[in-house]
Amino acid sequence: MKKIIANREIDVNEEGYLVDFNQWNKEVGLGIAEEQSIPMTDKHWEVIEYLQDKHHKEEALSVRGIKKSGVINIKEFYSLFPGGPLKKSTLIAGIPKPKSCI
Amino acid sequence: MSETKVEEIGKTKVKKMLFILSKGTIENAYAAFVMANGARMEGIESEIFFTFFGLEAIQKKKLEHLHTATVGNPALHMPTMLGGLPGVEALATKMMKKEMEKLDMPPIGEFLEILSDSGCKLWGCKLAVDMFHLKEEDLIDELDGVITIGDFYGRANEEGTHLLFI
Repeated sequence: MKKIIANREIDVNEEGYLVDFNQWNKEVGLGIAEEQSIPMTDKHWEVIEYLQDKHHKEEALSVRGIKKSGVINIKEFYSLFPGGPLKKSTLIAGIPKPKSCI
Repeated sequence: MSETKVEEIGKTKVKKMLFILSKGTIENAYAAFVMANGARMEGIESEIFFTFFGLEAIQKKKLEHLHTATVGNPALHMPTMLGGLPGVEALATKMMKKEMEKLDMPPIGEFLEILSDSGCKLWGCKLAVDMFHLKEEDLIDELDGVITIGDFYGRANEEGTHLLFI
């Protein structure tokens, strides 16, 4: 299905996750973040870049991975992306929702 | 072109999950931890109340030595007599830990840290702590306190709260 984000037509799945990462740019990320009421700071973008990097290397995302990332600790992660941090951050990053249970 | 509304993440009627961990086997501890962590990842509050043998999982000296039971556990498909032989339980536990590590499951101590950092509250049961003669220094630093079951029920006093006994 299609959705207008940052004045662009973007392909998303039923949960709003981008289907094609090539359609992502910072404005799109910002548009999604606004919808989720997340005020993006430099630290938020640093996390987004880390997640995208992991995704491109085809490494699975987990909260344990966040702990080991060196980018952010778990407490900060929860406070930057409240109410489901990994789901919200991956949504903004334009990458698929992690399938892991941990 | 159809514009769709994004389903709001974390929009669930389940608001809070309270777990009571009463057993000291490694698989039961992980069951509670994975579910409590999973709740936090979904934006749901979670807390764990450790009682009776579940207290093994929050004792500094014991938490990395939890075992799986090889006697009286039909799911292991192992003759009961064999399960009782020396070293069998340790071997089964080692194999299980290896498989868990492959799935990036943290060891018990690290998992407790993750839970605490994620905002999951960890409580010791006062009655069981007294019964096993445990002192504050025996228990993990991440523990939020030692409380009674009444206190714990008090924490369940809001809509959308679920209690689960493990």
